[in-house]
Amino acid sequence: MFVAATLAILAALTLAVTRAIVGPTVFDRVLAGNSVGTLAILLLAVVGFLTGRPEWLDIALTYGLLNIIGTLAVLKFFRYGDLAYDQEDDA
Amino acid sequence: MDPIIDLLSWMLILAGSFFVIVGALGLIRMPDVYTRMHAGSIIDTAGAGFLVLGLMLQAGLSLITLKLLFILAIFFFTSPVVSHALAQAALAAGVEPELREDRRADGMGKTSDGDKSNNKSKDPTR
Repeated sequence: MFVAATLAILAALTLAVTRAIVGPTVFDRVLAGNSVGTLAILLLAVVGFLTGRPEWLDIALTYGLLNIIGTLAVLKFFRYGDLAYDQEDDA
Repeated sequence: MDPIIDLLSWMLILAGSFFVIVGALGLIRMPDVYTRMHAGSIIDTAGAGFLVLGLMLQAGLSLITLKLLFILAIFFFTSPVVSHALAQAALAAGVEPELREDRRADGMGKTSDGDKSNNKSKDPTR
């Protein structure tokens, strides 16, 4: 049954990557990238149980923390064109 | 393991797989960014929630359960933040939602065919 969950997550990953490739705006791609990160966390957890090594959950936790930072950084970059944007320069 | 808990956990894992697939299909089939965010958040809430709950029942009471609980907490707090930031960034960049009728008070958005019906209440100079 872990195999069924793994296959479902892999199918969802394929669809999300498809949206990231064809997405008309950059926000579609960012949304698809965030979904890919979420699905990767779930895949790590389920495959960890599938192979009987739940230590993979540590990697899943790290990936979850990286996912939000990466998404917010990409959004900030495309909004301001710079990650070191300073509010007071904007006038 | 208790067969009832086992059965319950398999049902939760299957439900999580179903919602993950549904969210990914919505990611493909929905018409614009905002509706795609609506579909994509199903993966973060229902899909991840059911899957992680099922895995927690499989793991029993141990450190693994605590780690799964932390994963659930990460989803619980970061998914709304990312959705909000994404919607605000898309709106600020001028991505208009596809609307059948514009329900905003000032009617500043473009509508496809709704302008005829509510022209009288609007400022005529617009």
